[in-house]
Amino acid sequence: MDHPAGTKVQLNRDHCLTLLREMIRIRRFEEKCAELYTVEKIRGFLHLYIGQEAVAVGVMQALGADDAVVATYREHGHALARGIPATRIMAEMFGKQEGCSGGRGGSMHLFDKANRFYGGNAIVAGGLPLAAGLALADQMQAKPGVSTCFFGEGAAAEGEFHETLNLAALWRLPVLFVCENNLYAMGTALGLSESETDLAAKAASYRIASEAVDGMNVVEVEAAARRAVDSIRRGDGPRFLECRTYRFRAHSMFDPQLYRDKSEIEIWMKRDPIVRFRDWALKAGEMHDADVTRIEADVAAEVAQAVEFAENGTWEPVDTLLHHVGAESRL
Amino acid sequence: MTALTYRDAVREAIREAMMADPRVFLMGEDVGRYGGCYAVSKGLLEEFGPDRIRDTPLSESAFTGIGMGAAMGGMRPIVEIMTCNFSLLALDQIMNNAATIRHMSGGQFNVPVVIRMATGGGRQLAAQHSHSLEGWYAHIPGLRILAPATVEDARGMLGQALQDPDPVLIFENALLYNDSADVPADQRCDIDRAAIRREGADISLITYGGSLGKSLEAAHLLDAEGIGAEVLDLRVLRPLDEGAILSSVAKTRRALIVDEGWRSGGISAEIIARIVDGGFWSLDAPPARVCSEEVPIPYPAHLEEAALPSVEKIIAAARTVMGR
Repeated sequence: MDHPAGTKVQLNRDHCLTLLREMIRIRRFEEKCAELYTVEKIRGFLHLYIGQEAVAVGVMQALGADDAVVATYREHGHALARGIPATRIMAEMFGKQEGCSGGRGGSMHLFDKANRFYGGNAIVAGGLPLAAGLALADQMQAKPGVSTCFFGEGAAAEGEFHETLNLAALWRLPVLFVCENNLYAMGTALGLSESETDLAAKAASYRIASEAVDGMNVVEVEAAARRAVDSIRRGDGPRFLECRTYRFRAHSMFDPQLYRDKSEIEIWMKRDPIVRFRDWALKAGEMHDADVTRIEADVAAEVAQAVEFAENGTWEPVDTLLHHVGAESRL
Repeated sequence: MTALTYRDAVREAIREAMMADPRVFLMGEDVGRYGGCYAVSKGLLEEFGPDRIRDTPLSESAFTGIGMGAAMGGMRPIVEIMTCNFSLLALDQIMNNAATIRHMSGGQFNVPVVIRMATGGGRQLAAQHSHSLEGWYAHIPGLRILAPATVEDARGMLGQALQDPDPVLIFENALLYNDSADVPADQRCDIDRAAIRREGADISLITYGGSLGKSLEAAHLLDAEGIGAEVLDLRVLRPLDEGAILSSVAKTRRALIVDEGWRSGGISAEIIARIVDGGFWSLDAPPARVCSEEVPIPYPAHLEEAALPSVEKIIAAARTVMGR
């Protein structure tokens, strides 16, 4: 059977460059965030996406402007890959009013209406009902959108995960559940918190078509996301995509990582999604060393510009403290 | 003028909203085929179909959050939660999302959802179906909390709540569903102001919801003792109509709060604090309150009655405030 348009990954030179560039943007942005955290430019909790870049980048390739995205507190990568400018994300990290949430949210609460990016949700599994609701709105209004919800494997322990999967399947909602299984819910390994560790099987028990993919392989993620989104758009109901991945850095900046061995991290770092894809693309002749050098230079400039933008940003005056609690028209 | 029960008034309000706006739909446990736990939505499934009168599984957190997501996606959902005790299962969505998303997004997103639920005791339903948690919810910035105490407000508030760009919670005291009254056909209703339900010169009985009737009855009996009690129906618990509270107390110089919630940390404490802050020098006596006793609501009728505010307790407290 022929695949409908848009369901296959077109691995031409341009697309390879896009995938690599998007992953490197996230990696370098996050490295800069870690650095800025140590000098207290970024405060609060900071959860880095380093190691998981292939998931956000791969999935976003399958989404269009009409689709909605709901993410977690580890969402800088999703925000970047979705198209929110790095400048506005970095300004949000700084708490400046030029940030994508006006400075009110910070690292864990990135929002952007223009890109239908609905946060930045720091309650584990708290975003699943919202994504299903956005999908219900699209369904009831006969809009073509697919609502995509990212969450970690820790969410599978929450009631909201099960309630939402059940309802999404029952009502055949156009929602894509993307579970980023990085093996640890903060410091608790999956096997210590779940009686059934096969997450795709859990979703399948709600009669949701499910697939588990190598989340360190951006092409595999993109291909699976395209299949899922295409099926959802055809009205086949929700889909569940488990991406098996790993975060290379600590849970947050306060985490001494007592719960995992360095050797485990080293094994996973050998599967670095950026290095792996870059080396493949170079070997396949889809790009050259000069392309990689240029991408790195472009990204370095973009990150530097983002930091400068954030540094030059302004603090919201305290006299507007009570804004954004309710509609200004109701005050 | 049409005579309606409180139950019919809510149903008519839902019907009217659904006919006027295709974005409005009702979702909740047993709202469709069962007709609603309190028969509020009886007949609506037949009229509007299962897409707009949507039965949900017993998943309060998911269906409340889905209602909120649908609201952000352009719909105008009415989420019904059977009782406010069950709403605690959806508290994450209400507190962490509905009340915060406008703020966290710097004003980019709003959540125009309406959440209705039954509240209050008096039906021997014991300690998991009888509580009055509206005062708790009134603690949370970002929510508007309504407590319709009259048939007219039951008829009028819902439509206004659906016009609000932000989340509105409506607490319907379950003992009121059988109340009946004439309601004007083209009434106007706001969801901002308290209302004086009875004028009086000597003491302000400040109340809302299921305690309004008891307060009015107490006021009537106090009249025979020569005490003119004014009865102020708060109607909106967040934001409180502080101006109405202070102006009534400025007139009567005495205040008694009647609240079916518990005393400790309750909204009655907040109202008294505001009276003390803003009206201390006009007071002739310390403000007082009649609240539910500090106990989960018991099952036996005589114990439940003893736990809730009553006409007798209101009269006794009013006499004390009056120095009699």
